[in-house]
Amino acid sequence: MLRFVARRLLLLGPILLGLSVLLFVWLRALPGGPASALLGERATPEAVARIEELYGLNEPWYVQYWKFLVNAVQLDFGNSSRTNRPVVEEMLRTFPATIELGTTALIFAIGIGIPLGYFAARRYGTWLDNLSVSGSLIGVAIPVFFLAYILKYVFAVRLGWLPTGGRQDPRMDAEHPTGFYVFDGIITGDLEAILDALVHLILPAVALGAIPLAIIVRIARASVLDVVHEDYVRTAEAKGLYERTITRRHVLRNALLPVATVIGLSAGLLLSGAVLTETVFAWPGVGFFVAEAIGNRDYAVLQGFILMIAFLYVLVNLAVDVSYGLIDPRVRVQCALPRSRRPPRLRRSARRAAASARTPGSGCAAIRWRSSASG
Amino acid sequence: MPAAGHLLDVRDLSVVFTRKGRRDVRAVDGVSFTVDAGETMGLVGESGSGKSVTSLAVMGLLPKRGVRVGGEVHFDGDDLLTLPPERMRDIRGQDIAMVFQDPMSSLNPVVPIGIQVTEVLERHQDMKGEAARKAAAELLDRVGVPDPNRRLKEYPHQLSGGMRQRALIAMALACRPRVLIADEPTTALDVTIQAQILELLKELVRDSGAALVLITHDLGIVAGLCDGVHVMYSGKIVESALRHTLFAEPRHPYTGGLLGSVPRLDAPRGAALHPIPGSPADLRPWSQGCAFAPRCANRVDPCMQETPALETSPDRALRCYNPLRADEEVPA
Amino acid sequence: MALIGFGLIAFFVLVAIFAPLIAPYGPTDRPGADVITPTNIPGPSAEYWFGLDELGHDEFSRVVFGARQSLLVGVVALLLGMAGGLLLGVLAGAFGGKVDGVIMRIVDVMLSIPGLLMAIAIAALLGRSLLSVMIAIAVINIPIFARLLRGQMLAQRESDYVLAATSLGVRRRSIILGHVLPNSMSPVIVQATLTLATAIIEAAGLSFLGLGSPDPRVPEWGLMLANTQRYLASAPHLAFFPGMAIVLAALGFTLLGERLREALDPKYRR
Repeated sequence: MLRFVARRLLLLGPILLGLSVLLFVWLRALPGGPASALLGERATPEAVARIEELYGLNEPWYVQYWKFLVNAVQLDFGNSSRTNRPVVEEMLRTFPATIELGTTALIFAIGIGIPLGYFAARRYGTWLDNLSVSGSLIGVAIPVFFLAYILKYVFAVRLGWLPTGGRQDPRMDAEHPTGFYVFDGIITGDLEAILDALVHLILPAVALGAIPLAIIVRIARASVLDVVHEDYVRTAEAKGLYERTITRRHVLRNALLPVATVIGLSAGLLLSGAVLTETVFAWPGVGFFVAEAIGNRDYAVLQGFILMIAFLYVLVNLAVDVSYGLIDPRVRVQCALPRSRRPPRLRRSARRAAASARTPGSGCAAIRWRSSASG
Repeated sequence: MPAAGHLLDVRDLSVVFTRKGRRDVRAVDGVSFTVDAGETMGLVGESGSGKSVTSLAVMGLLPKRGVRVGGEVHFDGDDLLTLPPERMRDIRGQDIAMVFQDPMSSLNPVVPIGIQVTEVLERHQDMKGEAARKAAAELLDRVGVPDPNRRLKEYPHQLSGGMRQRALIAMALACRPRVLIADEPTTALDVTIQAQILELLKELVRDSGAALVLITHDLGIVAGLCDGVHVMYSGKIVESALRHTLFAEPRHPYTGGLLGSVPRLDAPRGAALHPIPGSPADLRPWSQGCAFAPRCANRVDPCMQETPALETSPDRALRCYNPLRADEEVPA
Repeated sequence: MALIGFGLIAFFVLVAIFAPLIAPYGPTDRPGADVITPTNIPGPSAEYWFGLDELGHDEFSRVVFGARQSLLVGVVALLLGMAGGLLLGVLAGAFGGKVDGVIMRIVDVMLSIPGLLMAIAIAALLGRSLLSVMIAIAVINIPIFARLLRGQMLAQRESDYVLAATSLGVRRRSIILGHVLPNSMSPVIVQATLTLATAIIEAAGLSFLGLGSPDPRVPEWGLMLANTQRYLASAPHLAFFPGMAIVLAALGFTLLGERLREALDPKYRR
């Protein structure tokens, strides 16, 4: 098991390296050159000279890259050309908001998606099943910002049940030691603050989580349908086990494997969807800030934020990979085999997840999609 | 109370698969047989003969939708087909158990073997923790799995095919069922392992006094193991007899064909093989005569008109208008 | 289901092609300019089916012309993305070994940035234009096709018929081009359809963020949605119609893609 984790961590290295190269090249390719890009409107000759000095822009590319790496590791991405505050500071300010939103959206998507997918599969052909399938098909066709608009219009503008945006009521005066408003409310014992934060979370979280929900329902349903027809479920039935035991130990434990893959992929959807959703709901998080940075051509922010987001995304997928190894013992073994001995056969439902998957790590992670039978 | 007091008494069992927009398929068509304690009964037939479906019907493992089951299955004073599902769940695994064909796919790949054994004990005998583990290790030992304590923690993919099947047998016999149904238990295994597993089954059944229903297409297995044999074709039993009688004097042309198609070591070199002509798909519905008729060398007119009835005599049951005669050679 | 998909797509394509004939006004005409006040933006009426927008344009016409934009961007982005992705995939799948390793590493890196963000980075790099949106979307779809085709080809290469052909002495290139590649194509077709759906949505998203054409008069659905933030309470029709258009177009291609998947995947059990 440990060797499995170590291997996965090792694969992380080249990806992060490649990522840094990509962003390095990106910054250098920006119109006007990196100096003016980083400074924006305040590109006076002295400022430009200082930037060139700082980033070694007149030195050979490998020196520049090295400096870039060193800076990145120290989380020094320069200053925002708009606010003139260090990018890192802005990150610290905005990441908690987005993480709170994203986590809520993910809990929403998983909490409803998996049970719904399961029951749709068990009640194959009934209204619940058909509704779930239709719903999930429509769900992936709706752009997240349109859904955000609809929710906002119906529940906030028309019905007035929920706030139209922001994280907390402007009239509320609450303390935020950690930046996670719900959590903060809990530790300060401020019930009003907790409720206020939750109420503000509802609409954006639903909007953001809707598409991952649609995908999770799809995959969970397909996966359960596959597993329920497997021979080992028949064996479990032949043993006379209680239905809940069969469901828990035999059906779900196998059916959730492709779902884990999809959850990793959902993290990506949540991160990119946040840019759009936060804009609609004026949620002061990473997405909102990035959206602003686009308009302001604030490239220092864009570079730093994209790097951090990608890093986060890769970590999440690493966690999913490891969890896969925890659930499926075959994965631990197969990952140790040399490449040539691993036949890439895919299970149907997992294949569907794979086909729409945008998860990094094709090497050992590809084994997540292995067939269950005579591997 | 059933008159003769058989352990398992199947009467006129029928299974029909219905699919929207397609014709009904009668997989099992009026099958009856009995099994007594300590007896080993063989159910022989090709794929599609309905033998597996029969066993699934007895166990109550057929899907609820798209399936119509008729007839009676008497066990322990109850008709299993009329029991509520919860009662059936109690019986399965405890009084009647089943071993399936493919040991790799029949085991849950992500759960250790030990748990797959103890879960049966936990379910039916309320055994938990250390007691269950000990019992499981003993069971594995009993079925010939070496180093059982280590095996308990291992996963199916870490075991060989033969060992997996042994583990499945252990799971089936954990609660000392009175009837064990084995559906092609050795088909997916290497030939050398096959013999071992069959020996194991014979031994276990003898020791426990359970009844064994052995489903197979392989006559060799039947010859080595079974007391009585039923031959099925296209959903109906066409011949039943005790082992010796059946092998020595097959009367139904299908049985004769099966026996004759097995190559013999003592046949002269270069002698032709004798397969049964045609294929299982060359069917005639039973309602229009005999299903085997298109492939039968002994075909006569009635075979193409009316369903032959199952006629019982002291030493066998036979469903044929023109059976092979005692002195007749196996058809060439 | 397929019928609905086909119907939607056909409808969408026809509208896009015949936009000038269907729309009563041009996309930049402002027939209702004198009626508009900041507080009065009329909704759907007999004269203006989808209402007017904040500058007096006929919303219906703009949505209709927007179909052209979306179709154009979607198709071009798809073709570019497929071209790049399939090329990489074929190289990786055909040569295997080190070539495969290198290409897959590159693919991994590309996939490590979530889609939209990557598109944002690329579009920001290339400047605000329709072309940069197309290229950005193409680029984020390259790794998907690359990995898909490569996976398919590797699976095919291990299959028995390839073994048979090789043992018969058929040359490697013929096997790859003549057998492995064609057999790998069906999931690619499915993915292409689905990618067209996502491309339409992604394009709308990029425009929404202000990365598309800088000309505000261009009728792009995403851009139209972006402009309606302020008017959500007073003129919800401004958001509703472009948004529904995106949904219907994407839905059409998604349904088609799903139906294709059912039809082409031999082991698909419905």
